Amino acid sequence: MSTTAAPTMQGAYKEGFHDDIKTLHKVPKGASHKVIDYMCDVKGEPDWMRKFRHRSLDLFLKQDLPPWMPGLRDEIDYDSITYYMSPVDKPARRWEDVPEEIRRTYDKLGIAKEEQKLLGGLGAQIDSEMAYHNIQDSLSKQGVVFLSCDDGLKEYPEIFQEHFAKVIPPEDNKFAALNSAFWSGGSFVYIPKGVKCDIPLSVYFRINAEQFGQFERTLIICEDDTFCHYVEGCSAPVYTTNSLHSAVVEIYVKKRGRCRYTTIQNWSTDVYNLVTKRSLVDAHGVMEWVDGNLGSKRTVKYPSCYMIGEGAHGEILSLASADKGMWQDAGAKLVFFAPNCTGRINSKSISGHGGRASYRGLVQVRPGADNCRVQVNCDALILDDVSRSDTYPVMEIDGDLATVEHEASVSNVSEEQLFYLMSRGVRKEEAVSMIVNGFIEPIVKELPMEFAVEINRLINLQMEGSVG
Amino acid sequence: MTDTFEIRDLHVSIEDKPILKGFSLTVRKGEVHALMGPNGSGKSTLANAIMGHPKYTVTNGQILMKGENLLEMSPDERARKGLFLAFQYPCEVPGVRQANFLRLAVNARFGKELDVMEFYDKLEEKMKYLDMDESFMKRYLNEGFSGGEKKRNEILQMMLLQPEFAVMDETDSGLDIDALKVVSRGINELRGPDLGILIITHYERILRYITPDFVHILVDGKIVKSGGADLAGHLEEHGYDWIVKEVAA
Repeated sequence: MSTTAAPTMQGAYKEGFHDDIKTLHKVPKGASHKVIDYMCDVKGEPDWMRKFRHRSLDLFLKQDLPPWMPGLRDEIDYDSITYYMSPVDKPARRWEDVPEEIRRTYDKLGIAKEEQKLLGGLGAQIDSEMAYHNIQDSLSKQGVVFLSCDDGLKEYPEIFQEHFAKVIPPEDNKFAALNSAFWSGGSFVYIPKGVKCDIPLSVYFRINAEQFGQFERTLIICEDDTFCHYVEGCSAPVYTTNSLHSAVVEIYVKKRGRCRYTTIQNWSTDVYNLVTKRSLVDAHGVMEWVDGNLGSKRTVKYPSCYMIGEGAHGEILSLASADKGMWQDAGAKLVFFAPNCTGRINSKSISGHGGRASYRGLVQVRPGADNCRVQVNCDALILDDVSRSDTYPVMEIDGDLATVEHEASVSNVSEEQLFYLMSRGVRKEEAVSMIVNGFIEPIVKELPMEFAVEINRLINLQMEGSVG
Repeated sequence: MTDTFEIRDLHVSIEDKPILKGFSLTVRKGEVHALMGPNGSGKSTLANAIMGHPKYTVTNGQILMKGENLLEMSPDERARKGLFLAFQYPCEVPGVRQANFLRLAVNARFGKELDVMEFYDKLEEKMKYLDMDESFMKRYLNEGFSGGEKKRNEILQMMLLQPEFAVMDETDSGLDIDALKVVSRGINELRGPDLGILIITHYERILRYITPDFVHILVDGKIVKSGGADLAGHLEEHGYDWIVKEVAA
């Protein structure tokens, strides 16, 4: 592990190591049209994609940052970043075929072990490309497609083009444009009508390079009456320079389909994590985002559900932990376009050691979206007086008979709770950690077991030395 | 020495306001003392100060447990040494599962990892004794518990932690008669030569189920009268007024 950066969780951030991995592709630094041409040539992409990328770059260069993202303009030096870099050409289908040095990285991260567990499929991206992507036979026999996004474009060009960049067009925001210009890797998931994919599809994103931009793109299509659970994890080495992770995730949940998308990002504190995630939910479909933000220097991410069919349900469970050197600007968006829809946002944030956690939320009920019900819960826990938490909830209700509940709380670790636990012999640090873990329990219990264990471990480490 | 809990000339303030003004009491193992007093006499202050609540400042005096200076210890140290406080208002701790908490507390108290199966066997046995439902263990610590459930939970913790000295702060308040009987049964079960108990109460009611060896009356931060179990009955009949007047005179 590098000792140059000094995050509070240093020594604790066990993913902070860096491996020497031979690069196959690397382009000069800077966001340029030349880089796009190089990528399109290497990837052998169709002409429409090349045009799309060039157009997106123009949009990126033209577009300003949203007004509520102050600071970022001066913080990120886009010219110092490498936009495409990869040690591999295409994902291996067998773990043994993944280059040994990459396998070693994933061994250290415990991903190889994951493979032995009951997963429907596993993908592993390193820098710009997927090094591994595979799906269980039982699922592929039912027509489930789980590929790298690049392979999705190659192997299912029609479905791909029909859905790609329709939920999140490059015009959406500056970072969606950036991703659209340089996207590489990520997943393409297709669940055919009626198929319930009960075992999770899991993907791990790793940045290994320095001053690098990772722009994975994920497109998930759940046809009518389907189920799918997609799980992603992220980490990066600790450097002194900054990297950029700017993903776009587009999800279609068609009639009566259900999709759950779980993220645990644990980026090192030199990664800007600026991600756009959105789902269109058709009639009686259910979309659930479970979004855990534990790392990064700055995260800007608001998973969204657009309810476009009657009776759709959108749900966002958001967990953010902002430690020293982090600003978690997380939140959620629920937009109702159709009647009789429901939505729920449950956000919990913890800030400590001078970290900042913000909740930014939008609930919008459009005209004609009558009888919608929304519940928003937003709780913040601040561990000390140098840390910060803020809440920016926006509600725009134009539909009739909407029921909107909003509850928010900000608290410290309560002296009474602490005293009560200590009066039973529990040491102070342990007591604080119990209270904090209890605070996030409603979200953690929704996570796959290994994530829940990892989060509790990270929170406990963060608690160390945080008690006065 | 090793079997006494000794409070000597204790003065305690909350935010610079003196509440206890020279409180002294010695409880030996095997004894049950009842401390009674009107509202505002300092009963809860005593309980909190004994356990070491940070809001209560001890300005003078000593508390010695088995000869050791309790006032130099943090609340968790006091607990590990064998002190227990049954709270008047047990705190809710959302998201912390009962079973996990109890196991952690038991391990802390005895300084070793108890075998998980052994722990659960013991837990089940004690819960049965207190008429507690199994589902209770999966719930979060005191969260959404009724008053009676919270008090039962205190007694359960006391049974598991096997203290040497226990302070029961208004354990009878807010209990219906059935819950009071169960809670009293638990305390009587624990009563014995290895435990000294101080029951703090406003009403004599609980003392009908747990007969104390000594009764003390607290008025304005000091013990003003001590006697046997019959003193409690006298209070029940005549209220606190006569003693307050007697003290004032």
